[in-house]
Amino acid sequence: MKDYEIVVGLEVHAELNTDSKIYCNCKNAFGLEVNSQVCPVCMGMPGTLPTLNSKVVDYAIKMGHALNCKINRVCKQDRKNYFYPDLPKAYQISQADVPLCENGCLEFMVDGEIKKVRITRIHIEEDAGKLLHDESFAGSLVDLNRCGVPLIEIVSEPDIRSSAEAKAYLDTIKSILQYIGISDCKMQEGSIRCDVNVSVNEKGAKEFGTRSEMKNVNSFSAAVRGIEYEAKRQIEVLEAGGTVAQETRRWDDAKGVSVVMRSKEDAQDYRYFPEPDMLTIVVDEERVNKLKESLPELPNIKIKRYVSELGLSQTDAVLIAEAMDKSRLFDEAVALNMCSAKNISNWILGDISKYVNETGKTIDETELTAKNLCVLIQQIEKNVISNSAGKKVFQVIVEDGSDPLKVIEEKGLAQNSDTGFIEELVKEVLANNEKSINDYKNGKTNALGYLVGQCMKASKGKANPGLVKETVTKMLND
Amino acid sequence: MRLYEKNASELSEMLRAKQCSASELCNDVLDRINEVENEIGAFVTVDAEGAKENAARVDKAIADGEKLHPLAGIPIGIKDNISTKGMRTTCSSRMLENYVPPFDAFVADKVKSAGMTILGKMNMDEFAMGSSTETSYMHLTRNPHNTECVPGGSSGGSAAAVAAGEAVVTLGSDTGGSIRQPAALCGVVGMKPTYGSVSRYGLVAFASSLDQIGPMGRSVKDVAMVQSLICGHDPMDATSKNMEYPDYAAGLNENVQGLRIGIPKEYFGNGIDDSVKSAVMEAVKQYESNGAVIKEISLPSTEYAINTYYIIASAEASSNLARFDGVKYGYRAKDYTNLIDMYEKTRSEGFGDEVKRRIMLGTFVLSSGYFDAYYKKAKIVQKNISQEFSNAFEQCDIIATPTVPASAFKIGENIGDPIKMYYNDVCTVTVNIAGLPAISLPCGKDGKGMPMGLQLIGDKFTEQKLLNAAYAYEKMCGGFDTLAKITGEAK
Repeated sequence: MKDYEIVVGLEVHAELNTDSKIYCNCKNAFGLEVNSQVCPVCMGMPGTLPTLNSKVVDYAIKMGHALNCKINRVCKQDRKNYFYPDLPKAYQISQADVPLCENGCLEFMVDGEIKKVRITRIHIEEDAGKLLHDESFAGSLVDLNRCGVPLIEIVSEPDIRSSAEAKAYLDTIKSILQYIGISDCKMQEGSIRCDVNVSVNEKGAKEFGTRSEMKNVNSFSAAVRGIEYEAKRQIEVLEAGGTVAQETRRWDDAKGVSVVMRSKEDAQDYRYFPEPDMLTIVVDEERVNKLKESLPELPNIKIKRYVSELGLSQTDAVLIAEAMDKSRLFDEAVALNMCSAKNISNWILGDISKYVNETGKTIDETELTAKNLCVLIQQIEKNVISNSAGKKVFQVIVEDGSDPLKVIEEKGLAQNSDTGFIEELVKEVLANNEKSINDYKNGKTNALGYLVGQCMKASKGKANPGLVKETVTKMLND
Repeated sequence: MRLYEKNASELSEMLRAKQCSASELCNDVLDRINEVENEIGAFVTVDAEGAKENAARVDKAIADGEKLHPLAGIPIGIKDNISTKGMRTTCSSRMLENYVPPFDAFVADKVKSAGMTILGKMNMDEFAMGSSTETSYMHLTRNPHNTECVPGGSSGGSAAAVAAGEAVVTLGSDTGGSIRQPAALCGVVGMKPTYGSVSRYGLVAFASSLDQIGPMGRSVKDVAMVQSLICGHDPMDATSKNMEYPDYAAGLNENVQGLRIGIPKEYFGNGIDDSVKSAVMEAVKQYESNGAVIKEISLPSTEYAINTYYIIASAEASSNLARFDGVKYGYRAKDYTNLIDMYEKTRSEGFGDEVKRRIMLGTFVLSSGYFDAYYKKAKIVQKNISQEFSNAFEQCDIIATPTVPASAFKIGENIGDPIKMYYNDVCTVTVNIAGLPAISLPCGKDGKGMPMGLQLIGDKFTEQKLLNAAYAYEKMCGGFDTLAKITGEAK
């Protein structure tokens, strides 16, 4: 088999979490009673007119900035015409030739390397309703609650070369949407969906292969499976001497296959034309700049900083940066400059993650502060308390927010690192355990552990265990 | 003289002075409807009960000494493409034969809030597509001046009702001349306001970028009163202009001293009846003798106006009318095998020929491969037409033209020849293309005894100036003789 290259471009649709819909005052909410969040406008009743929710423009511009796009301060909306029962006007208001944002790029880390994907465009549009089927009724029913829910569509250039890169791209887009607070990104509610364009070509070929577009990809893991399936399918077609058809396919995640929806010849003509019910969108420069200033440090930037400046592994950096509450705690703790970033990262990804997973709380809902966390880590780093004592302190401060130093004192958790004291202690224990000394000298190394344990017991757990082990080893070998 | 014969301004005074009651007025107009409606066919729906209830409310308010809007108690008819909550709004189409809107159009709300008595809904060409009201699915409307002739269209019911005394004033809508052309053919006053001055919210869209609701009546003052009521900013219509709108009726002024009137030669060429040309030029002379300054001007892109109009209007219509698919409301075909079949049968059976013709035309001009050659080019011509008007309004205040090339034609005369029918709009479509205000005034009768129309066109948002010029002409004529003597009335 020849060596193939996979080429992927992604179109991500994200529902924005504005309070109201894009063209009317209905509530933008998921999961409410069927056809309860509707009005004549979003139901497309004759004579109704759309009026643009300016928040939608703001949110899309924020995403444009996050993806380093050029913001088109003058742009328009267009009608995309097609018939479907979940689309009451029989056209979707979208943006055709002049999107709100274009020509951007996104950098993120894959396998320790920085990957750059160009962003073609981001445009605003309205979502359609949903068809429902019920056993009690032979036909289809329609729920129009989702009609007019604002969407942004983020279109990438075909710069992605593997399913792993696609996954990292999608994860980064998702965490950025969450960071800037414009989408709930709830996959199970369909608030973020994607279309996947895949082609394959022989490595080194000058031109891309013919692409297929895959719809109905409802999760990022489905995107990974879909890309792998589709690339394999296309390679098999080529290897068998065939040609790949330009077509739209539907991903069936349950069966793990893509099936043809329509060929290029059957491609729909949406007859786009400027939406005559809407004025040109004009955004002044000040508003564009203000929105840029409002952006926080984004997760992909954080990851780069955590790896290159703070020495975290890419895996740890991603785990912290992609969760907003973790990165907030991490950044605050690092800024206090009291202990090592690596130790802070270990605590966040270890005990803290375990605690929030078990309790179902977010970090923000616990009593843990960055300051207390750093004080605790500092006490461990300074050998004032042992790691296991540190875990006990953590259990207290995460629940009630008390001062770690006080907890150490009240519980008497401080360990004794005085070398004179420890030498006396070890001497006494060794004097009473001749059998174990002989065992050790006869090669039974677990005797060492026993002797250290006896020392700890004799000190009622206060002795610095590292120092004890060091002293025991030294004395046994003398 | 019966109450139905009087103008709104006069009736408004009479109601205040308690010379008549709103109920007497309402009943007299309802009587008039009973007398002539069989012959005219202006209404799709008459709501006698609702009208009487409103009149009684107004009478009680007058008795209680409440402060009322000047138009309170004045009977009005509303074109049947303007949504009226709880009252069927059919667009004279089988598609919406039984459609009852759950909300009021902005203008319907204004009319109700003012306490006007809504008589019912007026017949029209189906979805406002037509120039004769013959494309109505409901029934024909006849011209009160000669019931063998069309009343014009698409607001034919609105115009005929005013001319026949079946309503004191009416609302129409104008996408390419649909208020002005029937006003001219029925010998009444009809104004198409500046695009953006009257909210389109609740007007069932034909061509969104051209549609505008406007008033029709038997005098300029009546039209000015209704326009003052219905104009204004509406946050529900993104194309509605947010500005201060004056009380046009209060501001009426008949002085035309120094008023510069432009006469565009392109509107007096071939295809315009000599009697129409001379009637319009006679009106222009009257202006001149009253102190106006007459200037010959040129609007060279006029020859492309009809083509441009039918491309843009049909393109938008093909999209606007796509929602009538049988899924949610309105007509649905009885027997179908699947979704596509349901769509096709519903739309084939629910729409009439003219509507289907324009949907197909509009779909074609927006299709990939044809968009640039038709729609895009039409938008360029639209810019040229607008620019030429802008330039013209640097030299003049008002432009005077015929409204229609000839007086009303016979029913059935043009219905088989769409192109001939479309050329009826040759003098009116440019105004919609450029978004300007224009008014049609009665301008004498031709040799057949049928009314002709003078069209005055103003610059954007200069309705006061336009209405003043119209008011002056009405005075010069010693008032308009707008109430038709219905032929066959004696039968």
